[in-house]
Amino acid sequence: MGTRLNVLMHDMVPKHQIMNDEELRTLLTDYNVAMEQLPKIYHDDPIVKAIEALPGTVIRITRKSHTAGEAEAYRLVVRRPKK
Amino acid sequence: MPSPKRIGKLDFGLLSPKDVRKMSVCKVIWPDTYDDDGFPYSKGLMDPSLGVIDPGLRCRTCGQKSGDCPGHFGHIDLAKPVIHVGYTRLIRKLLRVTCRNCGRLLLEPQEIDKFSALEEDPFSTDVVSEKDIKKERVCPHCADQQMKVNFEKPTTFMEVWTEDGRKVEHKLTPADIRARLERVPDDDLRILGIDATVARPEWTILTVLSVPPVTMRPSIILENGQRSEDDLTHKLVDIIRINQRFKENQDAGAPQLIIEDLWELLQYHVTTYMDNEVAGCPPARHRSGRPLKTLSQRLKGKDGRFRGSLSGKRVNFSARTVISPDPNLSVSELGIPLAIANEMSIPVRVTRENIEELRERILVGPERPTMRDPCGANYAIRPDKRRLRLHGGSGPLDNREMVASMLEVGWTVDRQLRDGDIVLFNRQPSLHRMSIMSHRIKLMGDRTFRLNPAVCPPYNADFDGDEMNMHVPQTEEARAEAFLLASVQENILSPRFGGPIIGGIHDHISGIFLLTHETQWFTKKDALYLLKHANIDFLPKPGKVEDGIAYWSNKQVFSQILPRGLNMVYRATSCKNCPECKNDLCERDAFIRIIDGDLIAGTIDKKSVGAFDGAIMNRIIREQGLGRARQYIDDMTKLSIRSIMFIGFSFGIDDEDLSRTEYGQIRDLLDEAEVDVEKRIRIYNDGQLEPMPGRTAEETLEMQIMQVLGKARDKTGDIAGRHLGLGNSAVVMAVSGARGSMLNLTQMAGCIGQQSVRGERIVRGYEGRTLPHFKKYDQGAGAHGFIRNSYKSGISPTEFFFHAIGGREGLVDTAVRTSQSGYLQRRLINALQDLKVAYDGTVRTTGGRIIQFQFGEDGTDPTKSAFGDPVDVKGIVESVLKEEV
Ligand SMILES: [Mg+2]
Ligand SMILES: [Zn+2]
Ligand SMILES: [Zn+2]
Ligand SMILES: [Zn+2]
Repeated sequence: MGTRLNVLMHDMVPKHQIMNDEELRTLLTDYNVAMEQLPKIYHDDPIVKAIEALPGTVIRITRKSHTAGEAEAYRLVVRRPKK
Repeated sequence: MPSPKRIGKLDFGLLSPKDVRKMSVCKVIWPDTYDDDGFPYSKGLMDPSLGVIDPGLRCRTCGQKSGDCPGHFGHIDLAKPVIHVGYTRLIRKLLRVTCRNCGRLLLEPQEIDKFSALEEDPFSTDVVSEKDIKKERVCPHCADQQMKVNFEKPTTFMEVWTEDGRKVEHKLTPADIRARLERVPDDDLRILGIDATVARPEWTILTVLSVPPVTMRPSIILENGQRSEDDLTHKLVDIIRINQRFKENQDAGAPQLIIEDLWELLQYHVTTYMDNEVAGCPPARHRSGRPLKTLSQRLKGKDGRFRGSLSGKRVNFSARTVISPDPNLSVSELGIPLAIANEMSIPVRVTRENIEELRERILVGPERPTMRDPCGANYAIRPDKRRLRLHGGSGPLDNREMVASMLEVGWTVDRQLRDGDIVLFNRQPSLHRMSIMSHRIKLMGDRTFRLNPAVCPPYNADFDGDEMNMHVPQTEEARAEAFLLASVQENILSPRFGGPIIGGIHDHISGIFLLTHETQWFTKKDALYLLKHANIDFLPKPGKVEDGIAYWSNKQVFSQILPRGLNMVYRATSCKNCPECKNDLCERDAFIRIIDGDLIAGTIDKKSVGAFDGAIMNRIIREQGLGRARQYIDDMTKLSIRSIMFIGFSFGIDDEDLSRTEYGQIRDLLDEAEVDVEKRIRIYNDGQLEPMPGRTAEETLEMQIMQVLGKARDKTGDIAGRHLGLGNSAVVMAVSGARGSMLNLTQMAGCIGQQSVRGERIVRGYEGRTLPHFKKYDQGAGAHGFIRNSYKSGISPTEFFFHAIGGREGLVDTAVRTSQSGYLQRRLINALQDLKVAYDGTVRTTGGRIIQFQFGEDGTDPTKSAFGDPVDVKGIVESVLKEEV
């Protein structure tokens, strides 16, 4: 086996962080949403596997934005449905 | 009215035979509809208990009249079970994942436990799929050897196994399949994602067929008095007929072969009754040869129930006709023909204050004689909603006087349209929100809608026969909304790029260019002629007085329509981006300086007033608002049209003429280029051509030839351009950005140049050559689509042929692009149509799910941004410093 690509090191992959319970609570109250109303990301997404996030956790994504300079988004990890 | 209710839950399941019988009011056994006297057969397909369609009769089941009775289902008992085509994929999957003997899932008990545990996981939507089951193994529960199940479209299932090295196939009858599916236990189904309480798998094999009510398949009576039945009824007749024959044969103990044939025939009819476009199944046809429209065809596709009837709606209070231009209208106005104004109306409630006025409307009646007359009315509506149609003329029908005297407070009068009414105006395809804008109407003669050409860009309209639609809002709220949100002036800025989308086009730009170029002087009479339709009160002090005659400069004239206090410094479209700009002294007069609303220097062209650019419009909107911008657009378009009329502008065939010297130069230049091409071909044929990195020698040669010929064509353009100055109309249009380019002029006066297909010279045709006019393997310019003639000089037959080849590629490209982008647009709109920006700045679906955490990530409205940036810093600094930064 050769060297594996580490997606975390790639220039175009934005910062992904697993949020802790405290942060998650504030997020949900700030936006007045339930977990299910957050955008989703599949559990087998390369970045999710790389940061070892499990289904049910929420990931904070900090990325460069054309309009805002830097923008934050949040995604709930879900299992990819088969088929 | 009942209050809206929240839906707690929906179950999607199958109808069980028990359900079908329970909702049935009649067992249908006869394939006939009506007897000779026109009475429906009892227990036939038109049994009176299935609902009523004839007006006046009452339903035998619910006792209501036609229109009120919703219709009632019946049923047919099938002689033998048949497969429902809609579920063949599910049946195939179930046959492959369950045991042929005991019906259990072909998984070890611990694997089943694993999947059952997954189901408890709230984040899992996992179900067992075909891939999880190994093929042709032994059942872990009863040790029975499994077999491969083959499926053949549309409804055939076969078991396959090998015996003595031979493949053996055994057809499964629907009864076999049903028996197998019956054995699958509920708990195993749950792991497959099937809720057995609402959808037992054996219900996908029909033993009893539901017969839809007559209200959804009414028979119609033709002009000759004959009844014509609905396609569904025809299909049901077929089903019952075969079913009957099947039963008789079965009871008589007919041979197996005949039974099988009849069974297949019954399956065919039930299949085509559900879906007449299944693969591998010839569609059932009407006597005339037209394929029948059965259940699935009613729902599917563009004219189906969903896209045709439910999402696509037809509307009242709308009009459609051809459009034509009228530059004398304001951009916010819309000229409409009298015929449309007389036909369409606005409801007005009668009050104490307006009763006399509305009486007069009624007395005018439905036929307003000319557009200068006050508007009439078409209906008077009593408080009990009864509509009284007004009749004019002098005949016995004339009821104007009578209705006018009956009119009371509380009635409603449908008043005809008149000048100033607000309407919505639309051109398809409605690709962005500016495709529907509200205008104030203006009555005009003739039969077309009239609009100011400056609003063509947002509608993407032209006048080559385009038609547009007009809608008349019927309530005060609708009118207010149309005016405040959708009016033309509110839509000058496009949310697409944050700049103005409404502005001058074509002659507006040529006209304003001719007016403002360099310095011209006008007498008072001429200056007033130019500014006649602009909204100004007085002329400024004259720019110069000569021999006691006052003169105003062209820049002064243009400055009259600019708001005071406007400061701008920028470069026009005609700027050549010289390495060192001479600013105010630019010999092209392309450096624009506006100080306090006075044009000091520069030529106004596309960059300043054009739609999509409109630098001045943009600045006026930011500083003085949309209302002033609308005023400016109206003034500017009118001034430019007056200018182009005053100065004069035309283009004719002799505008493409060059002198003898230029023609000589062009001929020499093209000869030289062709010789150069020949030389390069010789080098290539001698094998001396050095290939470019990553290219073959042949590719290199082609690129060189294209380059040489392209350069030659451009040079002919330069020669032509030297001869044709701003005295040439095509040059004025190209330089000002009104229409066309120098390339177009090059092709008209100089040389058309290389024709290409997919960016390469034309090579297709005969063996070794494009046309029989050339020698085989001739690589020269002329043999592969180089046109050395111009459109003016006329092209040779071979050149004409190449030109047609190149031209066709463009046509094909546009045709393909529009259909593809149309479908892309449809999908995007379907996905995005109900999203909205919530009060917290998030973009959400109707279910409150978040799509963006901040609209556009920065929460900025693109129409309030300066070409995408939240603040136009450069513009503000320039405006204050009155200097370019
Ligand atoms: Mg057109
Ligand atoms: Zn009824
Ligand atoms: Zn078994
Ligand atoms: Zn310049």
